[in-house]
Amino acid sequence: MAADPWANLKQFTDARIGLGRSGSAMPTHEVLNFALSHAMARDAVTTPIDWTRIENGLADLGLSTMRVASAASDRSEYLRRPNLGRKLSDHSREALMRAAEMEAQRPDLVVLVGDGLSSTAVTANIVPYLTAFLPYAAKSGWKLSPVLLAADARVALGDEAGEILGGKAVLVLIGERPGLSSPDSLGVYLTFAPRVGLKDADRNCISNVRQRGLSYEEGAFKTAWLLREAFKRGLTGVNLKDESQFLIEGQQGPELIG
Amino acid sequence: MYRVHAGGTTYTFSSLRELLAKATPPRSGDVLAGVAAKSAAENVAAKMALADVPLKQFLNEAIIPYENDDVTRLIVDTHDAAAFAPVAAMTVGEFRDWLLSEKATPEKVSALAPGLTPEMAAAVSKIMRNQDLVLGAKKAHVVTKFRDTIGLPGHMSARLQPNHPTDDKKGIAASIVDGLMYGCGDAVIGINPASDNVGAITDLLVMMDDVIRRFEIPTQSCVLTHVTTTIDAIARGAPVDLVFQSIGGTEGVNSSFGVTLAHLKEGREGALSLKRGTVGDNCMYFETGQGSALSADAHHGCDQQTLEARAYAVARQFKPLLVNTVVGFIGPEYLYNGKEIIRAGLEDHFCGKLLGLPMGCDICYTNHAEADQDDMDILLMMLGAAGVNFIMGIPGADDIMLNYQSTSFHDALYVREALGLKRAPEFDAWLTKIGVTDAHGHLAPHRPGNPLLTHAQALAA
Repeated sequence: MAADPWANLKQFTDARIGLGRSGSAMPTHEVLNFALSHAMARDAVTTPIDWTRIENGLADLGLSTMRVASAASDRSEYLRRPNLGRKLSDHSREALMRAAEMEAQRPDLVVLVGDGLSSTAVTANIVPYLTAFLPYAAKSGWKLSPVLLAADARVALGDEAGEILGGKAVLVLIGERPGLSSPDSLGVYLTFAPRVGLKDADRNCISNVRQRGLSYEEGAFKTAWLLREAFKRGLTGVNLKDESQFLIEGQQGPELIG
Repeated sequence: MYRVHAGGTTYTFSSLRELLAKATPPRSGDVLAGVAAKSAAENVAAKMALADVPLKQFLNEAIIPYENDDVTRLIVDTHDAAAFAPVAAMTVGEFRDWLLSEKATPEKVSALAPGLTPEMAAAVSKIMRNQDLVLGAKKAHVVTKFRDTIGLPGHMSARLQPNHPTDDKKGIAASIVDGLMYGCGDAVIGINPASDNVGAITDLLVMMDDVIRRFEIPTQSCVLTHVTTTIDAIARGAPVDLVFQSIGGTEGVNSSFGVTLAHLKEGREGALSLKRGTVGDNCMYFETGQGSALSADAHHGCDQQTLEARAYAVARQFKPLLVNTVVGFIGPEYLYNGKEIIRAGLEDHFCGKLLGLPMGCDICYTNHAEADQDDMDILLMMLGAAGVNFIMGIPGADDIMLNYQSTSFHDALYVREALGLKRAPEFDAWLTKIGVTDAHGHLAPHRPGNPLLTHAQALAA
């Protein structure tokens, strides 16, 4: 095996540089490292979530939960037919309608946790992220819906769920498409006045929330900042730019805004 | 109305659009769009009916109306009847037989391009097996030039793709050194930027221009940002070699990308005005991929492969240096698994070449597709045999910015070794001069005087 004398450049990037070579091929240990990363990313896509564990974790935070499912019948159909992942199953739709009838007061924020494309992301990040976010919600006095735990979900599933529950906004926390070096990224999508038919341009997204990415505290801070602004201006999407970093640099909390 | 009797059943197809869609080898995107054949037998029956359609019929029946779509207008208005004449009397099936015959020499096949419409190319591809797509494409030579010569028979180039999730310049520089030391980068050094800010784009262009000039590398750079941003950068005096844009096969998909034919013309004229090419002036870099039109809800009931071929009609108006089908990037709802990705890559390369384009392929997949590096090895090998103009070179095949897997610098070495494919001659000579490769183009043992190694040491210090 021939080593690469510039392998010390690895300090500047996570890219797989300076791997060395065996003839034209990658060295054995690099081939196997790559295979392991790919296997972990595949597992993130295909492994079902242990929802009971999530329910217990959220119960410890004082959150009630409700399980729902999209119209996709299984994982293979979910991957082939993204439109079905954006629609509630008939059973879940009826259950949400009954729940909405029983609520005296509309929630400010409907929270939906979806497996998306990475169960690993949801399992690893949902409790610590919500732990960081809940104090902001409490300070602002936002009324939260029960947390909807949605199987085979795409982001737009929150539009239908949010509309049925009459939320002023919906917060979708969902496993992102796994990268080779980041199989566990949680995406946070915020949509004002949720209703069926909205487009990606109507939402704000905070990406890469995970232990080795955007921290829970920072992710929660940005979420709260965007929510405050969304409620104030009555919109989310391309016309709501995330300017929260200026506040972080200025050491101000979102509770001081508006 | 198209009709065929097969296996005891009569199948009818109401339009060329429906016939093309139902004749397409199975893929998830056409099922998602609701245009795929309903059974395996209907799929083959449609191929049989399609094989009997005269090529001339494609000039009479537009799959998207002329009045509704500027890509259709481009196809119809630029059709070259004289170039079409040699095959004007053939059916789609006869055209396949001719293409694969000894009569169809590279000269004759290459001369056909302006006489073929994308729909004709798509049609013949649909009745071809994978091996036909290899041999058919191999006959269509498309050579383009900017600072080196890309697409000569027996040659294959590679794009060095040094992406970084935050556009960190040292991180990008590290990947560039790595790629060059592996003999990669003769197609282009091309960055997918994280930012679309024109200042940040200009910084990246300046950085790559410095590397290319300092080491006198016979290659070109590109930052793959929106054409309007590149036009902006040119106006601010940025060193732009190639103008990039993603394009699709309908007016609607292009409009979803925020691009018009006028933008592309303006971008090309801007880059031409800089006169930065040394051996030629092909200065456009396009990317395409099956499924983009459905994704943009602009598919007009057509199948994704035919629409992909129509994107090449847009590309060929602008004499590009490189056209890259990013075949597996879009995800399993369009191409579900390795088999579908391999098929689509071969179709795109074949159709593009037949239409006269310098086709390369980003041989790639995402982690939610049923595919892996072994599938990519198959497509790489077949495209290498088919004479693909260029492939991607990404450190370890792992793009840490776009989160997908493609081909690595090592993969390029592999296919060169397996098939004896050479780099662009100017670039090859440069690699030998600075000591990266020996006289045969093979990687040489590392030599202390290599200026790239000195550069690497300085970067790390």
